[in-house]
Amino acid sequence: MTGANSFQVSGYGPERAGWTRLFARDSLARRLDWPILTAALALSLIGSVLVFSATRNRTEINQGDQYYFLLRHLLNTGIGFALMVGTIWLGHRTLRTAVPILYGVSVFLILLVLTPLGSTINGAHSWIKLPGGFSLQPSEFVKVTIILGMAMLLAARVDAGDKPYPDHRTVLQALGLAAVPMAIVLLMPDLGSVMVMVVIVLGVLLASGASNRWVLGLLSAGAIGGIAVWQLQILDEYQIARFAAFANPELDPAGVGYNTNQARIAIGSGGLTGAGLFNGSQTTGQFVPEQQTDFVFTVAGEELGFVGGGLIILLLGILLWRACRIARETTELYGTIVAAGIVAWFAFQAFENIGMTLGIMPVTGLPLPFVSYGGSSMFAVWVAVGLLQSIRVQRPMSA
Amino acid sequence: MTNIPETGRTPRVQIRLVMIQILVLSLLGTLGGRLWYLQIREGEAYAKEASGNHVQQVVDPAPRGSILDARGVALADNETRLVVSASRTELLKMKDDGKAVLTKLAGVLGMKPKDVMEKVRLCDAETPQPCWNGSPYQPIPITDEATAKQALQIRERAEDFPGITAEPQAVRRYAGPGGSNTAQVLGYLSPVTDEEITKAQDTDSPYLRSDQVGRSGLERQYDKALRGKAGVTRYEVDNLGRVIGEAEADPAQPGANLVTSIDARVQRVAEYELNEAMKEARKQWDRNTQEQYKADAGAVVVMEAKTGRVVAMASNPSYDPNAWVGGISAKDYKKLTGKSSNYPLLNRAIQGQAAPGSIFKVVSTAAAVQAGYDFDGRYNCSSAYSVGGQTFKNFESQNHGMINLGRALEVSCDTVYYSLAHNEWKKDGGINPKGKPKDYFYKAAHQFGLGKETGIDLPNEVTGRVPDRQWKQNYWKANKDAWCKTGKKDGDYVEKIAYENCLEGNKMRAGDEINYSIGQGDTLVTPIQMATIYAAISNGGTLYNPTVGKAIISADGKQVTEIKPKAHGKLPVSKQTLAQMDDALEGVATRGTAAWRFGGWPQDKIPMHAKTGTAEVYGKQTTSWFATYTKDYAIVMTISQGGTGSGASGPAVRNIYDALYGVSDDGTINKKNALLYQPQKKLPKIQADGSIDSPKVGKDPAKKQRALQEGTPENNGADGTQQGATVGTPTNENRDTRRRRQGRRRRPRRLP
Repeated sequence: MTGANSFQVSGYGPERAGWTRLFARDSLARRLDWPILTAALALSLIGSVLVFSATRNRTEINQGDQYYFLLRHLLNTGIGFALMVGTIWLGHRTLRTAVPILYGVSVFLILLVLTPLGSTINGAHSWIKLPGGFSLQPSEFVKVTIILGMAMLLAARVDAGDKPYPDHRTVLQALGLAAVPMAIVLLMPDLGSVMVMVVIVLGVLLASGASNRWVLGLLSAGAIGGIAVWQLQILDEYQIARFAAFANPELDPAGVGYNTNQARIAIGSGGLTGAGLFNGSQTTGQFVPEQQTDFVFTVAGEELGFVGGGLIILLLGILLWRACRIARETTELYGTIVAAGIVAWFAFQAFENIGMTLGIMPVTGLPLPFVSYGGSSMFAVWVAVGLLQSIRVQRPMSA
Repeated sequence: MTNIPETGRTPRVQIRLVMIQILVLSLLGTLGGRLWYLQIREGEAYAKEASGNHVQQVVDPAPRGSILDARGVALADNETRLVVSASRTELLKMKDDGKAVLTKLAGVLGMKPKDVMEKVRLCDAETPQPCWNGSPYQPIPITDEATAKQALQIRERAEDFPGITAEPQAVRRYAGPGGSNTAQVLGYLSPVTDEEITKAQDTDSPYLRSDQVGRSGLERQYDKALRGKAGVTRYEVDNLGRVIGEAEADPAQPGANLVTSIDARVQRVAEYELNEAMKEARKQWDRNTQEQYKADAGAVVVMEAKTGRVVAMASNPSYDPNAWVGGISAKDYKKLTGKSSNYPLLNRAIQGQAAPGSIFKVVSTAAAVQAGYDFDGRYNCSSAYSVGGQTFKNFESQNHGMINLGRALEVSCDTVYYSLAHNEWKKDGGINPKGKPKDYFYKAAHQFGLGKETGIDLPNEVTGRVPDRQWKQNYWKANKDAWCKTGKKDGDYVEKIAYENCLEGNKMRAGDEINYSIGQGDTLVTPIQMATIYAAISNGGTLYNPTVGKAIISADGKQVTEIKPKAHGKLPVSKQTLAQMDDALEGVATRGTAAWRFGGWPQDKIPMHAKTGTAEVYGKQTTSWFATYTKDYAIVMTISQGGTGSGASGPAVRNIYDALYGVSDDGTINKKNALLYQPQKKLPKIQADGSIDSPKVGKDPAKKQRALQEGTPENNGADGTQQGATVGTPTNENRDTRRRRQGRRRRPRRLP
């Protein structure tokens, strides 16, 4: 197989029109990973309730309409779901051919953020304002692009049967592909997203079977980099402060302490079953900043208690468990790498997000997949779910 | 490329995928564990913290109850003042923390912006006064003296003054009806201290930071009732302190009103007459010291004889109780507590003590009867009495011959009491008694309630002193070192006394008992004690705990707690003796030492009883005592360094009686003019809404009364040319006194 082939629509089985493939009996419905779909939908719906609880009284941001955020969250979920369907319909292999375009668009968009068109929200200059009150956070899509792009490069020779593992050159190429958008995102600065991307790159490399040296080297580079950021203050002080007290430090000059403290009080006060939906005093009193987005888990913790918080973690666990299975069971390395990248992404982002509300991770501005309010993030994670489904749907039925 | 079998997957990737899976699940497990730790294990602590987080208390201070006189006239109430306050939470929401608003406000109020900001800042360890030490959620008062115009400016331009309110608020006011002052009886308020807050934290009436606490007088005695209970509303607030719901509300319970037995008009008369008497006394020449009388302090008590209730109580020098309202200035405080002003905060009616002089003779008379001497026996009122080389002379060396005890009281014959006391002293074994001495004269004093508090409902009453054997022993122990050091056998008067005291100051000497028998020496009494005793003689022998408070009436008027008169003892005399003493004291007013002061008194209608006393203090001028009673009232007046009993205090007491009963100088009784012909029995009428009826009080009842009394334009001022009898010791520690004769008594000008 030539390299050019990898850019072609790579079919398996007879080439069929998308629609028929989607609705063909005994194929799609049976092949779809229902637990993942159910978990993703459940998380999105729980998210809509939590977002509603967090925003129904915040007249200063909901424009007087207490359902403003609820409806938008549901709309985002719907769009996300449609994007998933579209992704399944296209198939991850088709998308492989589209990687150069996707990559180009992504890099263009994040460059756009750096121009005056970009806007700053909560200290991160990572947004593009769109007409109609919408805004776009391109770094969310970059995560998908990096996974797809790296997977394309790393899996090409292996899936072609040329080599058992990606060689050093391929790995370098893949790292270079990831490094460009990461550098741009770092300039925004959106350190949280860069952290996620670093973890994605690690997951992708691990799953690709690249030499241990690469993995270890990258791990140590990441560790040294992290230590450098924290200890040697290579970044400006304000960047560190921003990193630490990402979410709306205006509310309290003490920043980090205030946010994490209030978040922990909110969750801790929930107890086993919580204060009851819409009854959380911390939530109603808006003691926790950014509660509909980054700190949405505190609403669950306070109002639904250990039961509700545990349910979210459990649903994420189901989703990730199934995704890992998909990664393991698919026969082509490309699918494996994509699935593993998504696992790394979701797992790290969920751990970081919930971890910071529980006070075991530093505060960064990362949304909780499916649950946090935010269109870009919602679309990106649903596209990822579409990719997972596509990998599963298109894996060969065990012959 | 297609159909690579699953088994064809390289083991390296497969192993790594399993690793990733394990890692992912352990991360989620970590989250779950942490969640369990926070919510289940530490949940309660966080729940507590959360409730503290979002609940804020707002205190609604309870209006302090009024202090009313017996007829319902307010002696202390609350005045509505326009208070401009700032809400800190509102100010902090502004970009510049409200600086612009406060500066603008300072302009309207005519204050300096700096002063306004200092008032609004919170007190902490590093912030000196002025600062706010109340709750930051409480509106902080900036001024309580805003004019209506300023308040209007602030209210009309509310949008220019966010967080600023201008509202009428209750501030303590001592109204001084009819020109009365009543300062020491009412007391005063000052802000609560941190210590008191901590102390009262877990009691049923905890203090608030903004509370004012009664510091003396009735304000202190009845503080708990007057203070009421502040309302506390617990609001749920959001992170900016904005209210999002009301959690719990305890409405404020306004303080109860205290009805006293004071009559504002009589109080005014008493204060005025006391002051006039002191002024008059200062015009008089003291032949002993060769200077004018200083009349530096005085007190008068008007008491209901049958109940012990205090109708008026004045102490001079006095002060304006309103000086304390709104925080006393350092200058005023210095003035009120300084020596130059002679401690006007002291209520000398209960805190001033002096040797009683001859008004003590009722005690000695009772003691003599107890010791077995016949009231109607014949006793020699010689001109002098000699003991062991010392001669104790009678007043003016008068010789009344053989008289009974009643007559001895009337003419205040000292030598009769000397001989009786000396006899008893000898019977008890002299200077070295064997066995237990009977000490009739000292026991009687204790039985009359001397040497201990009367139990009046005012704080910090002093006990006075009965110089009995026990006291002498203690006093000698405490002072003998100093005496023995300074004492000289052949030194001056003070040194000689010290020498004697060093040798035998712990023993009851003949001279001690002799001096004691006429209320001299180391005996100390308070005016309230003497009023209690003379009221008891009037009412048949019951010693009442004097009371000022008469009833506590809840703010809504529904609960009335009467403060009933309580007795603490009976006079140790038989009915017969009491009647005899009563006759004798009437004789004092009609033909004895006080008769010249009661010229024209309608004795047949209102029998007047009196006893004069002039106590001598070593190194000072004589203390004037005047104890009197009718069947309704007992009045005791004393003036320190004021001269004689009847001379200095007599006219004032007479004027007070004239005012009480509506007696004119010519002796006619006009009940219309009487301020209080009979003691006020009923409580003032309480309306359905809890308000209490109060009659109007004229501008100055004292001057009006004087005008009414003076049918003839005769000056009722003290007749200062009189020099008195009897001797005394009013300072606490001066025991170096000896009975001395002094002065000369002229014939009274106005005999009946």
